[in-house]
Amino acid sequence: MARYIAKRLFYMFVALFIIASVSFFLMKMLPGSPLSAQDKLSDEQQEIVLEKYGLNDPLPVQYVRYLGNIVKGDLGISFQFSNTPVTKIIQDRIGPSMQLGFQALVVGTILGVLLGMIAAIFHNGFLDYSSTLLAVLGTSIPSFVFAGLLQWVFAVELGWFPVAFWGGFEYTVLPTIALMIFPMATAARFIRTEMLEVLGSDFITTARAKGITEYAVVFKHGLRNSLIPLITVIGPMAISLLTGSLVIEQIFAIPGIGEQFVNSIMVNDYPTIMGMTLLIAFLFILIVLVVDILYGFIDPRIRISGGEK
Amino acid sequence: MDQNKLSKDMFEPLEHKEDTSEKIARPSRSFMQDATRTFVRNIAAMFALTVLVVISVMSIIGPSMNEFGYDDQDLTRAKIPPRIPVLENISWLPFDGTMTETFQGTNVEDATAKAIMRFKTEEEFVDVKVLNEGNGTRNSAEVDVTYHSYQALGLDDTYFWLGTDNLGRDQWTRLWKGTRVSMIIALAAAAIDLVIGVAYGGISAYLGGRVDNIMQRIIEILVGIPNLVVILLMIIILQPGIVSLIVAMIITGWIGMARIVRGEVLKLKNQEFVLASRTLGASTGRIITKHLLPNISGIIIINTMFTIPSAIFTEAFLSFIGLGLVPPEASLGTLINTGFDNLRTYPYMFIYPAAVISLIMIAFNIMADGLRDAFDPKMHK
Repeated sequence: MARYIAKRLFYMFVALFIIASVSFFLMKMLPGSPLSAQDKLSDEQQEIVLEKYGLNDPLPVQYVRYLGNIVKGDLGISFQFSNTPVTKIIQDRIGPSMQLGFQALVVGTILGVLLGMIAAIFHNGFLDYSSTLLAVLGTSIPSFVFAGLLQWVFAVELGWFPVAFWGGFEYTVLPTIALMIFPMATAARFIRTEMLEVLGSDFITTARAKGITEYAVVFKHGLRNSLIPLITVIGPMAISLLTGSLVIEQIFAIPGIGEQFVNSIMVNDYPTIMGMTLLIAFLFILIVLVVDILYGFIDPRIRISGGEK
Repeated sequence: MDQNKLSKDMFEPLEHKEDTSEKIARPSRSFMQDATRTFVRNIAAMFALTVLVVISVMSIIGPSMNEFGYDDQDLTRAKIPPRIPVLENISWLPFDGTMTETFQGTNVEDATAKAIMRFKTEEEFVDVKVLNEGNGTRNSAEVDVTYHSYQALGLDDTYFWLGTDNLGRDQWTRLWKGTRVSMIIALAAAAIDLVIGVAYGGISAYLGGRVDNIMQRIIEILVGIPNLVVILLMIIILQPGIVSLIVAMIITGWIGMARIVRGEVLKLKNQEFVLASRTLGASTGRIITKHLLPNISGIIIINTMFTIPSAIFTEAFLSFIGLGLVPPEASLGTLINTGFDNLRTYPYMFIYPAAVISLIMIAFNIMADGLRDAFDPKMHK
């Protein structure tokens, strides 16, 4: 197991190194200068500013310094908000994103598991078809279409929730619903398939034959055995949350990471773009890694073979 | 005993028949025929296929069905609601070319004046229905005002079937033009993913040994890099456009296909029928095209069918946050983006593109599910 984790950690760092390097050189390739009022500055002034930020050094020197700064946790200074370090922007904005992501993941998974269970218990019945339909709609309809409709119906027309911005809990309701649809639908589809398989297996027949209640069959035997493989789809769910946060935060004007990322791209704030790219990549890789390691603990086949699939 | 006195003439000789127990009673079908049968019997999948065919045909002929071009700007006719001949006479359908909104004011006149301001029109082109006379206090009066936009603009004989957008472009033309662009991007991305993925995975698995080892290490590193990050970085440095979107999507898009194909080829290449073929002297090319590819075609088709909707989503997603196509180019993403900005006042601009993209995504997903069942021997009846 230790060997497996070490190997995965190694790959994780290689991937992060590649992302950092690629984003560095791509940003350097882009036309334009970080000086916003270039024409108003004399050559001498320009020289001083470029010297101050080390932009006059040869590219390899800048690259090594950039990597060194990342290791030290310094992501540079934002162009857009002068003198604000990128790490500060991230610190200020990660709260709302984390809260939304967490709420969406928890509520979405719980509702999804319930939907999937209902579908499996009433296999081929009306409830099964309805929840399957709901799951297909949830995985198919783009989150921003759904978010737009939610905002229009529940905020603009009915006025039940605030239209946008960030405040108390009521501000999080619509964005959370918009974000949780995909995790919910994924979990529902997955649990339905797993439950059907588990409920059809011999030990369930044995349990029924021994006369235990249907409740115990479904919850103690069925659900427990179907929940373990659910860990494998947490990866795709987390990706959908990261992707979704970019548009959902934009739609509901939430001061989070996703909204800042899109805005930084719009105004060519390269240090912030690079910092946020690294952050998103890091979160993504970390989640996948944790999921894989968790699964390694549960599934002995992965552990024993040392990750050779 | 009677039974012992049976005379010989009581017996009839049984006619000799050949043994029929081994006979195949039904016509034998190949795997592909079985798969097709299962798929055709799947009502949901067939329905999805029909929807997709209709949408594809409309994306081809739709833009030329009326006289408007997708980039014909005319600000005088901006933001006109949908109006369709014949259907305009059915009052509960939203196709009569009118807009109805509720206005509030201190009294009826005040509320009506607000409505006329809002629609930038004259009194003769609005119908006022008083909901609440009001008592002179602020916003106590309520009126429902119906605005006849076509008459007001002197367009009595013109029909914009789905209305016009914020620059006066015909939404019907733009909707199908946008669908066409989105479909082209998705199909191209999926096709290139397929070619690269199958080639990479196939070569890696078929050659095996050190080549496989190196190619797999490369994949393991690439898989760690999130798709979203790669696509966003590519979009930032490339000029916005159809080609850039496709390039950004295929940079990491082929990896899933490569892994699946490698797994399947590894399983197949040491099976007896391949070994037999090789023993009989078949060339590598023949083994790949005649034995390996047909056996993995099912899984390739299914995987591609799941790639297409995710590519459509990615395009729409990028265009929605403003990183995809730029106006006047239309795609489902840019249309939804414009529609979203006007959602509050002109919902029809959002509803139709949103409905089309949702339909496409649902139909592709249901069809892919149906294909997965069709290629699963356990599901054959």
